Amino acid sequence: MNVLMPSPRLVRAALPALSLAALLVAIWFVQPRAISYFGFNLMLNLAMPIAFATIAQLCVITVNDLDLSIGAFVSFVACVGATWLNATPLLGVAVLLGAVVVYALVGALIHLRNLPSIVVTLGMSFFWLGCSVLLLPSPGGSAPAWLAALVKVRTPLVPFAILVSAALALVVHVGLMRSAWGAILRGAGGNPVAVARAGWSLLRTKVTMFALAGFFGVLSGLSLVGLTTSADANIAIRYTLLSIAGVILGGGEFVGGRVSPVGAVLGAMTLTLAGSLLSFLRISPDWQIGAQGAILIVVLALRALVNRLERRR
Amino acid sequence: MNIARLLLASAALGLLAAPQALADTADKKIALSNNYAGNSWRQAMLKSWQKVTSQAVADKVVAAADAFTTAENQATEQAAQIQNLILQGYDAIVVNAASPTALNGAVKEACDAGITVVSFDGIVTEPCAWRIAVDFKKMGSDQLDYLAGLLPDGGNLLEIRGLAGVSVDEEIHSGIVAGVGKHPKFKIAGSVNGDWAQTVAQKAVAGILPSLPEIAAVVTQGGDGYGAAEAFKAAGRPTPIIIMGNRHDELTWWKEQKDANGYETMSVSIAPGVSTLAFWVAQQILDGQDVPKDLVVPFLRIDQDNLEASLEATEPGGVANKEYTLDEAKAVVAGK
Repeated sequence: MNVLMPSPRLVRAALPALSLAALLVAIWFVQPRAISYFGFNLMLNLAMPIAFATIAQLCVITVNDLDLSIGAFVSFVACVGATWLNATPLLGVAVLLGAVVVYALVGALIHLRNLPSIVVTLGMSFFWLGCSVLLLPSPGGSAPAWLAALVKVRTPLVPFAILVSAALALVVHVGLMRSAWGAILRGAGGNPVAVARAGWSLLRTKVTMFALAGFFGVLSGLSLVGLTTSADANIAIRYTLLSIAGVILGGGEFVGGRVSPVGAVLGAMTLTLAGSLLSFLRISPDWQIGAQGAILIVVLALRALVNRLERRR
Repeated sequence: MNIARLLLASAALGLLAAPQALADTADKKIALSNNYAGNSWRQAMLKSWQKVTSQAVADKVVAAADAFTTAENQATEQAAQIQNLILQGYDAIVVNAASPTALNGAVKEACDAGITVVSFDGIVTEPCAWRIAVDFKKMGSDQLDYLAGLLPDGGNLLEIRGLAGVSVDEEIHSGIVAGVGKHPKFKIAGSVNGDWAQTVAQKAVAGILPSLPEIAAVVTQGGDGYGAAEAFKAAGRPTPIIIMGNRHDELTWWKEQKDANGYETMSVSIAPGVSTLAFWVAQQILDGQDVPKDLVVPFLRIDQDNLEASLEATEPGGVANKEYTLDEAKAVVAGK
């Protein structure tokens, strides 16, 4: 019996890809014309910033923390992108670098004072929101032309958004899952005591992961403002929960250390496409949030099933 | 299977075209992309859309006019919604936008795909889209013009503003300031934020009243007139001329006063039925008519003589409304 069953580990890794494939089949059935270069370009270009935000969240979840400020941070980056980065590029770049440093400092603070990350990042979300409102009191600004041109570039055969997402998944996968450094970073979330005993600095791992989260947050905000061409202080507030859902949907867990970058990127795409499918199905908006939740629950229930298989082994 | 579907689709198109359609838009599909449905004004807006467009579909003026509302009032979500509407093959998208700027990318994509985009109420700044805006500034200055006719000697004004930081509040306020500049016998003696809600307005007015001299009139932004009237009554002060905002409670109060002592005022606000104007404008553009990119929608004004009729037509708890017909929309397009 066990010979016939694929290993639970494999099933677990394949689940995000399978959910995405199932969704694509459904979309093809309902709206065949969406399955084309043009269609994927439209449906997935807003998945690009979500994928970046999801990877940022994944960095934080890796070290057993949770980032509730990523949505506000992405909004802030978008506001900087639509104002300073356009008018005075040097100042804009400096502010974005400074924002990444702030992220790293938040990681240090959480580690040194042993604070719950949820509280600190919730506080930071108000900080970023405040900065965005100060910078852009009413919606407006305009993205630098090079940025708008970059995110809308038409690559041959495969849409740009898919290429970027694939590259992102691959790079983070190699860095976090295949390299020696990645093993330490994941270990710091999964079993901090063991990693500390082995002589590694937990402070450094946490600062690294939070700085990486800030870096991917900046990429998310910049790609978003490139797509929308102007910003709004509340533009990406939704990304906080979307990014957490993306990580979990992609096979990650809240216990720290158990994450899957490839799965997370697939999870972000699944969430985006789920919205498209529901809209193609003409499901009334009152039911859409519920339907989105139902998709999440189904995938998570499948995961629980896989976990059970794993335990039985 | 695909061939069967194609055949079916072309058969359907043939059927639609057969009974000598009135306009060239009989096979066109129009979608409404709406960002929010959580208050009475938006509900009335959606209801008007539903009523007018279902009739238009039945009359074969257009093939479809579906309304889509995003679950959360979020610009990114609405941008994704617009992109989905592009894929669904709509010929025109009518937008009430969550943000004047954050949808520009999606709107541009729609335009590039050959889709007509008409924004109204919450307009978008992308140049390829049409805009149906309300002249909020005139809504403010008209109040002063009306008061100047009624009170030639001028007097002290109390201004009730809307939600701080929202562009609509700024615009109406600047209109009122301009009106005072034009009629210098009036003076704004005090100003409070009523947040377009009668309970907030009542509290705010009650708070400032003791510090004010005699008030001749109250200039408002809509949704706040009834609260102001209650505050004056509670303070035992004579009721000034309060400009109303077309809400049912305000009109009811005005009617009671008018019957009791001949009280005179006027009421002004935007009609939720502006969504139907946007629908007809989109239909006219699809029909190949030359429509200017920026249209100004007249606001809905109620005066002493049409109060009863307006009150009767307004649902309890609702807002006075006006739904547009094709001919009325044509008149707006022509700038009449």
